[in-house]
Amino acid sequence: MLFKRKEFLQIGSLASASLMMPKFLKAFEKKAAVPPGNKVMVVLQFSGGNDGLNTVIPMRNDIYYKSRPKLGIQKEQALQLTDEAGLNPALPFFKDLFDEGSLGIMNNVGYPNPDHSHFRSMDIWQSASDSNQYVTSGWLGRYLDAQCDGCGKPTQALEIDDVLSLALKGENLKGLALQDPKKLYSSSNERYFKEINASHDHEEAAVDYLYKTLSETLSSADYIYEQSRRHPSSQTYPATELGRNLKTICSLILSDINTKVYYVSLGSFDTHVNQENQQKRLFTELNDAINAFVKDLKSNSRFEDVAIMTFSEFGRRVAQNASGGTDHGTANNMFFIGGGLKQKGLLNPMSDLNDLNQGDLKYSVDFKSVYATMLHNWLDADDEKILGKKYGIMNFV
Amino acid sequence: MSLTNQQKNQHLLWRAAFGPMAENVNELGDVSQKKLYKILEKTSSKKPDELNVASNAFDGLMKGVQDLGQMQKLTQDQKKQLRKQSVDDIKNLNLAWLNEMINSEAQLREKMSLFWHGHFASRVLNIYFQQQLLNVIRENALGNFGDLLREVSKSPSMLSFLNNQQNRKQHPNENFAREVMELFTMGRGNYTETDIREAARAYTGWGFNVKGEFVERPFLHDNGNKTFLGKTGNFDGDDIIDIILEQKATAKFITAKIYKYFVNDEVDNEKVEKLSEKFYRDNYNLQKLMNEIFLSDWFYEEKNIGTRIKSPVELIVGVRRLIPMQLEKPESQLLFQRVLGQILFYPPNVAGWPGGKNWIDSSALMFRMRLAQILTNAEAFLIKPKDDDDTMMGMEGVDKNPKANQLQVTVDWDSVLKVFDKTSREDLSQKVNDIVLQTKDSVNPNVLKRYVDNTSREGFIKSTIIELMSTPEYQLC
Repeated sequence: MLFKRKEFLQIGSLASASLMMPKFLKAFEKKAAVPPGNKVMVVLQFSGGNDGLNTVIPMRNDIYYKSRPKLGIQKEQALQLTDEAGLNPALPFFKDLFDEGSLGIMNNVGYPNPDHSHFRSMDIWQSASDSNQYVTSGWLGRYLDAQCDGCGKPTQALEIDDVLSLALKGENLKGLALQDPKKLYSSSNERYFKEINASHDHEEAAVDYLYKTLSETLSSADYIYEQSRRHPSSQTYPATELGRNLKTICSLILSDINTKVYYVSLGSFDTHVNQENQQKRLFTELNDAINAFVKDLKSNSRFEDVAIMTFSEFGRRVAQNASGGTDHGTANNMFFIGGGLKQKGLLNPMSDLNDLNQGDLKYSVDFKSVYATMLHNWLDADDEKILGKKYGIMNFV
Repeated sequence: MSLTNQQKNQHLLWRAAFGPMAENVNELGDVSQKKLYKILEKTSSKKPDELNVASNAFDGLMKGVQDLGQMQKLTQDQKKQLRKQSVDDIKNLNLAWLNEMINSEAQLREKMSLFWHGHFASRVLNIYFQQQLLNVIRENALGNFGDLLREVSKSPSMLSFLNNQQNRKQHPNENFAREVMELFTMGRGNYTETDIREAARAYTGWGFNVKGEFVERPFLHDNGNKTFLGKTGNFDGDDIIDIILEQKATAKFITAKIYKYFVNDEVDNEKVEKLSEKFYRDNYNLQKLMNEIFLSDWFYEEKNIGTRIKSPVELIVGVRRLIPMQLEKPESQLLFQRVLGQILFYPPNVAGWPGGKNWIDSSALMFRMRLAQILTNAEAFLIKPKDDDDTMMGMEGVDKNPKANQLQVTVDWDSVLKVFDKTSREDLSQKVNDIVLQTKDSVNPNVLKRYVDNTSREGFIKSTIIELMSTPEYQLC
């Protein structure tokens, strides 16, 4: 069931009523203050084109080792998942998640006529367009358009960044980008902005649109800040950018905020040169931050309600290049992490390295089908309306 | 309230140029729109000086490549160095062009060029290609659309961006043919998929050599008959362009896009129909089309004034024209472009920047409302733009823990203050407002009063300008 505004208001008033309860009752109240079943999706973007073949390693594939005499990760180093698949050694926590059944891996995800340019391919992933289409809105922005008609605040989808990605820009509504709640609050908490906003009286459509955005921003900034302080996280996070960002996200998930989608990026995975060190560094940051985040969610009994989805604009060439790196490729794997997955482990067969197109993998799962599944099964949204077409729904969530 | 002559002239300057300059804003009260436009037309009629920023380092390397005959013989390091130098040079090209927009007399030409830069959008990382395409656009911005289209279509920038180098008789690549029709000329609905395939065959063999010169490679060209938009023959790329220009749909598509950009997002079909008929009869003469628009009465109607959301580049340039300033580090303007979503030479895709409401989201609006304060050094800012993998190529490009930036800037406030020399204290507020804002209604004067600096006349003028530039209203022109 999608999270309705009406429900939210009720929960909001419940929360304030709880302030007047005796202390001992409040302790019982704590878990219930969190809206039960408020499913949240966290999209984690690996910017730059992560090398999927060195993320989930085809440990028994000769072609893999032949194509990557230097870069190939040996079976002994990889963290074994199944007979044929191993994980990058910098992701030990992902192995733990796999073992406990909280990790799903979708292999060989891509789209027809893949583009090798970072920007264009990212555009295609974020807008969920075909590769010969130019769409000026993003898939999560259109989710807002479909779900949030009449919502007062654009807080249903938040990006932890200074700049809003195309993914969160809808035709009519847009998500909100913030580096952290406090910074947003202090930058919008200028009396001048508040006063001109309060006193404005315009009829003309263009000015009105700008004032509407201003007004939503100001009220959202207050709302987010207030929510983020309500349940300060006691969990220790690594002092990395992703660590900080996931801590911000967790503090909001634990509050009563109506946010359904969080969006955050890690990069750059563009490993043309000296791939091993760079990917290791980024994966270590990823591994440790996700570790803290999952612990935090679990200790607050919210892990079942959160699904993390990772993606990258493309994978890399099967063969290594001459500089200890890999060049832009095509299909790639995606991770799904959460306590509420319906299917776990390897969700589909690994890429077929026998059947390549000019040295690139041929995709077998359209990413739009993955989006459709998350929208339909997890966020209870109208995937066809949002994606403009019916794609096959899978069962992993 | 009827519009004043000053307002109408400012409207013309915001649309046909990049807004009024401090030094001439006082002359706008008396001159007629017709006369002002004639000045713009005249100053833009000269052939522009080419922008050339390619550094010696790049030139040297490139010449080396040309002598070698092919890129393949370069070492990895040389290639990397070449790409990095090219990306740096494109930044310089960005700033050099921005400077033209701010200071050039040929305002109409530069404004038109910015329009074409978004229309013929190409995102390639080769400084030679970008520079050549920009110069083609600036030379033909007000000339003949057919010439412009032909030159752009033959530019290495567009040929490489749209993969026509790979368009060969044996393996046709339709990308170029498709975008020429869909985005550059007729728009969807005026041709079929078969027309695209046939046009692609005609374009086979169009490419460029190692010096970046256009070449037709005869043995990659398909010499068979093609049937395109109802005509059959052994067409080549030029024939296809001729046939496209024969279509009234082309005149209509271009006219509608120009109307949307220069007049109003809401298209008035009747007007566009009339304009495009004439544009077609005038054999795609762009100067005549623009004259028709800017000399009309309807262009100055209230519904067209102060209703268009400025693009980030227009916003930055507009502030800098009204408030003359010297930036110690002009490259900070690249950061503003990135944060606000419009980096020159890096359009999101071949369809260009969508514009309009697409410029605005919460964070972009908040930054826009701080821009004037940041530029005039009233405020430090801390912002980290997104990484750009296209230009960073895997290198760590930005400081992960940036400190708050404070611009080093010298503002020439004297020129601004001079504008108000003859204005009495009680008229000051209104006059500043009339010069800064184009919207029908303004900010509530009672609110404004509480925030301006009342300690001196000078402080009052400065702070009123900055406060007014820090409003939603200022985002419009």
